[in-house]
Amino acid sequence: MDQKQARQLRKILIAAAVFLLLIVPDTLQTFPFAGKTGRFAPALYLIPYLLCGLPVIRKALLGIRNRQVFDESFLMMLATFGAVVTGEYSEAVAVMLFYQVGEWFQDYAVGRSRRSISGLLELVPESASIERADGSVELADPDDVAVGDVLVIKPGERVPVDGVVLTGESMLNTAALTGESVPRHVREGEQILSGCINGEGLLRIRAEKAFEDSTVSRILELVETASEKKSKTETFITRFARVYTPAVVLAAVLLALIPSLVTGDWGTWVYRACEFLVISCPCALVISVPLAFFGGIGAASAAGVLVKGSNYLELLARLDTVVSDKTGTLTEGSFRVSEVCPAEGISRTELLRKAALAEGLSTHPIAVSIRERLNEELPDTALNMKLVTDVDDIPGQGLAATVEGRMVCVGNDRLMQAQGVECPAVTDEAATVCRVAENGVYLGTILIRDRVKPGARQVLAELREAGVRRIVMLTGDSRSVGEAVGRELGVDEVCAQLLPQDKVARVEALLAGLAEGGRLAFLGDGINDAPVLTRADVGVAMGSMGSDAAIEAADVVIMDDDLKKLPAVIRIARRTVRIARQNIAFALTVKLAILALSALGLAGMWTAVFADVGVAVLCILNSMRLLRRRNGAKADRI
Amino acid sequence: MKKKFKCDIDCANCAAKVEEAIRRLDGVQDAKVNFMMQKFTLEADDDRFESILQQAIAAGKKIEPDFSVEL
Repeated sequence: MDQKQARQLRKILIAAAVFLLLIVPDTLQTFPFAGKTGRFAPALYLIPYLLCGLPVIRKALLGIRNRQVFDESFLMMLATFGAVVTGEYSEAVAVMLFYQVGEWFQDYAVGRSRRSISGLLELVPESASIERADGSVELADPDDVAVGDVLVIKPGERVPVDGVVLTGESMLNTAALTGESVPRHVREGEQILSGCINGEGLLRIRAEKAFEDSTVSRILELVETASEKKSKTETFITRFARVYTPAVVLAAVLLALIPSLVTGDWGTWVYRACEFLVISCPCALVISVPLAFFGGIGAASAAGVLVKGSNYLELLARLDTVVSDKTGTLTEGSFRVSEVCPAEGISRTELLRKAALAEGLSTHPIAVSIRERLNEELPDTALNMKLVTDVDDIPGQGLAATVEGRMVCVGNDRLMQAQGVECPAVTDEAATVCRVAENGVYLGTILIRDRVKPGARQVLAELREAGVRRIVMLTGDSRSVGEAVGRELGVDEVCAQLLPQDKVARVEALLAGLAEGGRLAFLGDGINDAPVLTRADVGVAMGSMGSDAAIEAADVVIMDDDLKKLPAVIRIARRTVRIARQNIAFALTVKLAILALSALGLAGMWTAVFADVGVAVLCILNSMRLLRRRNGAKADRI
Repeated sequence: MKKKFKCDIDCANCAAKVEEAIRRLDGVQDAKVNFMMQKFTLEADDDRFESILQQAIAAGKKIEPDFSVEL
């Protein structure tokens, strides 16, 4: 509660107290002079009325002066004046009082949800310590940091701008950016992003970006503008409100005139028309939808997913097809030895050592992965390259090298056939097969493959649970590798051997084949797939923190490379849309029902006030469920 | 020049109205009043920015008396 709210609350409470003081004796009829018919009633009820209603009347008058008549202040003024004219003083005060209570509550609720979102975004570093050439450290505004400046980041401080670590080593808390609670280890030469909190170590970094281009500023900008991209539901409801209010006001005028002229009973009908005016306020409708979406965006960013507009939440909720890139998205994107199968009588390490020596110090992924595996099995092995002479590269097959005087061949089946070496069959189709033979004798097979991300299968299952009917994997890899990975993951369709431009065509074909109302999302790592990200209904980039191109092209950005966040954000989207719909349905039903009851004289002014502020408050509370789930959203992160 | 300010605005509807009015001012290229984030963004001619800003605040206050901008 801020100062303004506290002041407003005080006013309302005083007005309410005065009102009670008047209404209790009035109902008990102890002091008839203050009652409905009493001479002092208008003057007495004017006190609480003005106490809480003055700002409303001021606003209404200002609205009239600015020719923006149909706002709620005006309607409230008209309704309460109407009540006074018909002699219902206490009702006039009650309506104004309730209206103000509702407004206050609305303000408080919006403020709270706003704070809980900016809470997640309190990433903004307050200062930066710039190290000058002479070694002195100067405290400056992050805005004043220039690219190339050397910054000192003390333990517990926030990283002010994106940069590269010059010296030092530390654990960085990236939770504010990624929602990931495990700190990340950084050392010399590594990139660090603004908004992270430094752990125990002292870091010196070189600024790579100015503050306004750094990750923190970009994220803030994105989330701030996200609520400006309006969802269809919101546009609909704003448009609806524009028709609804004048329509109800017109109905009120007709209700006040026609039956009165017929029956001659002006009091009853003017009073009922005033009820119409109270109900005609569109605020419940207008606030409920954007607030739900705002909550959804907040809940998503708490989980480390940036949704760049309310409209994307709406699209995510209707997702039918998910198209995903393979390498780096569903798989880890790095090659690793998956299996070492030595021939009989040969040890695993011997096989690896021979292969590693023959491959030499090459940076080819196969050579690197074999060296890595050897290091895992026999830590601190240094390869003595003096043992290797005469390396012969055989294009498309592998290589032959003389190791310790013997000819070692490392390569595929074709190389083995050429050498006349017989090899056992391999069952893993997704793997790259690397055979090793020495002097024409088979030593064994090393299988190298890109690993499926742990949990990827589970994530795809969760996507289906969240309503996705079809999952398609795109890859530039060969058909056999693609299909094997596809089977392992359980995708519905694999499109292999695609060039980057083919991916766009593929996604377009899938878009054309979508069921009515279904939507397609493309999931990629943001590298080289910007055109596809843009083309899909929803482009989801993951693991792209710090990659400007990806953040630019994508509609939804998963800050780290945790696949589980995709089903989580879809669940959030569905919940958001559901809540927005509930709000609309609830608000409309109640309003229409009470309109009907008022016209028949079955509802009093109190019910009308409920139809206005009561409904607004209930809608707000409903929307806030999304934010309250924020803590529960941890379950979504798993 | 484009500048962002913290602002105080009470309701979504008023934010839209204020935004509309400021956009209509002479010299304003673009204006945004973000109710949810309570941010006011003004894009206006460089040389007259300060005076346009003052006009914008005045125009906003006229529509919504509680509109204020932290400078």
